[in-house]
Amino acid sequence: MPQIDDAPEAPAAAGVDNAVSVRGVSKTYGEVEALKDLSLDFPRGQLTSLLGPSGCGKTTLLKIIAGLLEPNSGEIEVNGQPVTGPGPDRAFVFQDFALLPWASVVRNVAFGLELRGVAKPEREEVAQKYISDVGLGGFENAYPHELSGGMRQRVGLARALSVDAQVLLMDEPFSAVDEQTRRKFQEDLLSLVQNENKTFIFVTHSIEEAVYVSDQIAILLPRPSRVLEIIKPSGFRHKGADTIRRDTEYLDIVDRIWASLRSYVE
Amino acid sequence: MLKRSILLKLLSAAIVFGAWEIAGRIPVSYAFPTFLESMSALITLTLEGTIFTAYAETLKPLVVGVIISAVLGIGLGLWIGLSAKFDWLFSPIFIVMQSAPLAALIPLLVMAYGIGLTSKVFVVCIMAMPVIVLNTSGAVRNTPSVFKEMARSFLASERDIIFKVIIPAASPIIFSGLRLGISAGFIGAILSELKITPTGVGDIITYSRSIADYPSMYAAIFSIILLAVLFLNVLEKLENYLFEGNNRGYASD
Repeated sequence: MPQIDDAPEAPAAAGVDNAVSVRGVSKTYGEVEALKDLSLDFPRGQLTSLLGPSGCGKTTLLKIIAGLLEPNSGEIEVNGQPVTGPGPDRAFVFQDFALLPWASVVRNVAFGLELRGVAKPEREEVAQKYISDVGLGGFENAYPHELSGGMRQRVGLARALSVDAQVLLMDEPFSAVDEQTRRKFQEDLLSLVQNENKTFIFVTHSIEEAVYVSDQIAILLPRPSRVLEIIKPSGFRHKGADTIRRDTEYLDIVDRIWASLRSYVE
Repeated sequence: MLKRSILLKLLSAAIVFGAWEIAGRIPVSYAFPTFLESMSALITLTLEGTIFTAYAETLKPLVVGVIISAVLGIGLGLWIGLSAKFDWLFSPIFIVMQSAPLAALIPLLVMAYGIGLTSKVFVVCIMAMPVIVLNTSGAVRNTPSVFKEMARSFLASERDIIFKVIIPAASPIIFSGLRLGISAGFIGAILSELKITPTGVGDIITYSRSIADYPSMYAAIFSIILLAVLFLNVLEKLENYLFEGNNRGYASD
């Protein structure tokens, strides 16, 4: 039995611990309204996807949570603290990797710690650990141009993990890698969510990807941007990475999301 | 690979010098010596020590001018690139400087600063600085915004962003501006010695021409080109050493 909650803008149920909450956020670019009075909660330790057609403001929302953009109105709270700019409690994974081409893998991974003033031997030790964790051992001294797209995003992920933030913000992290690498990434992400006690906010335009990796999916609609519904797939999460794509609940949710988004796609 | 590139460089030199030798033997002009004559004149100048005393004189305005242009040029370029106000204030000056007919301005410089080192340094700077400033400011302004955004999201201060993101990202274009600026500086140094007071290498050129010793004149010109090429190679080595990963383009293209 699919367990789907239809609860846009519902206040958090009592007892649910939200790592991030967004309250009435609006953002305009000149005349264009990117976000309008948007509210959303992100439960701690879970992965929440922001899914929607292009132009629905999902990346804008993510950057506002990151503190990279200022909302025109509304509030963001991370662990109960209002967001005024980038903070040590959040780390960002970029769509196009944003690796420094003049820096080796180890310096790129340690860059977040370097900016925090961690001493070189110490930060390289931490970087080393995460480089091995993401499976890039042996590439420490390679430069980004020597790596494949998938490997570059592993570097971007290791950089975000190495600063040990509680909230990981991922902006379409797998959209610039090939299909097979993406599937591997999605499986790795599932075990990452399970093993690391972190909150993930994940922007994607792929319905299958969102349903596959998410504990909670927020469907955003464009112009003016709003939350259409929040879906919490729960029945297949524990069944193991191999069987999810054949699960009937998985397939039902994918179909249902497509049915509600179809009319908004140009 | 390395061997091949050296081989090609030697081949390219051989073609140029061969063409020079042939043109000198035809001869295309009475005042155009062959390559071999010029080289033997260069050896004579070297053995006599004339070339060293000449360079001791020429290098003064050149080195001072190039250092001022590089330091001030990169500094101003950064400032202009980072601030729209300074862009409006300073960019026009350097665009005018770059297109000004320098030879016509030299008499003004001489009237203002005399015939000494100051005027010559000015000529070197006017030649070298605009391209350094304009390249630096353009490169700074065009730093991919995703790098700055990334640095900000990992808590970079404004200072970190300038020193750890903008300058390294702009370095390939800053260095190409330096290369162009410094070779223009070499031209400026010789120009000032021809137009203001004949000293150093400019003196060898002027004097050899006046007594129709064309091989010596071309030997002096050749030596300054050689020096410029050597210096630019050293600069390229420095760039590769400082920013190794930039060598093969951006990872995110």
